[in-house]
Amino acid sequence: MIIASIDYFDYDENVLLTKTGGIGLEKQDKQQVTRRQFLVYTLMGVGGFMLSSITLPNLRFAADPVLQPKEGSDLINTNLKVDELTNEPKKVEFSFKQKDGWYEKETTQFAWVYKDENGEIIAHSPVCKHLGCNVEWNSSENHPNMYFCPCHKGLYYKDGENVPNTPPRAPLDRYDYEIRDGYLYLSTRAKEVKG
Amino acid sequence: MLTKLYDWIDERLDITPLWRDIADHEVPEHVNPAHHFSAFVYCFGGLTFFVVVIQILSGMFLMMYYVPDVERAWESVYYLQNQVAYGQIVRGMHHWGASIVIVMMFLHTLRVFFQGAYKKPRELNWIVGVLIFFVMLGLGLTGYLLPWDMKAVFATKVTLEIAQSTPLIGDLLKTLLAGDEHIIGAQTLTRFFAIHVFFLPAALLVLIGLHFLMIRKQGISGPL
Ligand code: HEM
Ligand code: FES
Repeated sequence: MIIASIDYFDYDENVLLTKTGGIGLEKQDKQQVTRRQFLVYTLMGVGGFMLSSITLPNLRFAADPVLQPKEGSDLINTNLKVDELTNEPKKVEFSFKQKDGWYEKETTQFAWVYKDENGEIIAHSPVCKHLGCNVEWNSSENHPNMYFCPCHKGLYYKDGENVPNTPPRAPLDRYDYEIRDGYLYLSTRAKEVKG
Repeated sequence: MLTKLYDWIDERLDITPLWRDIADHEVPEHVNPAHHFSAFVYCFGGLTFFVVVIQILSGMFLMMYYVPDVERAWESVYYLQNQVAYGQIVRGMHHWGASIVIVMMFLHTLRVFFQGAYKKPRELNWIVGVLIFFVMLGLGLTGYLLPWDMKAVFATKVTLEIAQSTPLIGDLLKTLLAGDEHIIGAQTLTRFFAIHVFFLPAALLVLIGLHFLMIRKQGISGPL
């Protein structure tokens, strides 16, 4: 078939329009993908692939600290004989190599450790549950036999429970402990006490 | 000589309409302090931008000496401030500029607020302005850690704890910012550094671009 004059070719409908009216090149289902749609989908697909192959590795890279498996907390020898503990909280220092990404450093932490009435060992983290200063046992004259935080006058009872109407909102964290050969071992990370 | 150079380039690239379009427009009387002194309140936006330019320039130069590493950051800042010629000036510019830029931004916002200049059709520019405000606070916050002194570390500790108190995603957010679940250390410093010198300045420039584009398109709001 020869067509003398073509006005335009409609890509979407795949129809040639001539002076005499439209001729369908092939009678087509509307469902079928037209050339234009095909090109758009292909370009979007390729573009999307390129974009995601640029961004996704970067995002995973940035989010790595969140997705790292949680490290177990090692137990560290405090070189303190358990026999030396009384029911008065004692400041116990312990040092270990701390890994911070590529940076390793010997760090020293301390705990407030005592034996309760049942002879159970309690090892409190000194980190104030308000904004993270260090609390001291029995350091405020007005509040004997309590943990006192100098930053905003936070107070805790001996069992670590926060005193109501002072800034802290939760009891002091506790270290896990173990006794090996009579020596006290403490965990590097303290755990929250569920109140 | 310069005119000749300009003409030579203009002849080839026709650059005159380009800069005319951006720069060549009347300053309305009601925003010109020469006409009404009280119009000085219109200067605060421009002053904010001026200080941002100072921050970007002085920041670029600070980076010639600064090292984002836990063992060397403090030493490098100490060195650049006390040993390098004009170190006090360059660090001082960045240090004081960081505060002044917040003040200027605040005054600018007050002007826009009390003149009602945020009303239709300028709502979008208010929104962009608020985003600029957050980016600027972010710059101040991340920059504050970089000298890696006691004040910096404890301020960051508090910041991270505030982030951590976000409902549901708090812990995640904190680790994402600090680079470690428990430690404020080497990875926190490099993260804050990258955010301070690349991510936020890039965001800031894009937002400021939008801000100015909209002002150019809509013109400054009319007299009260
Ligand atoms: C509006 C933008 C900015 C603000 C508000 C800002 C704020 C700050 C602040 C508060 C500090 C701590 C300074 C001190 O304690 O003395 C700082 C440090 C620093 N900033 Fe920025 N900054 C901005 C833009 C930039 C840019 C664009 C760069 C780099 C291209 C940069 C590079 C640095 C560097 C290297 C330091 C560490 C040196 C030092 O502490 O003196 N800053 N910034
Ligand atoms: S940090 Fe302890 S009371 Fe505020």
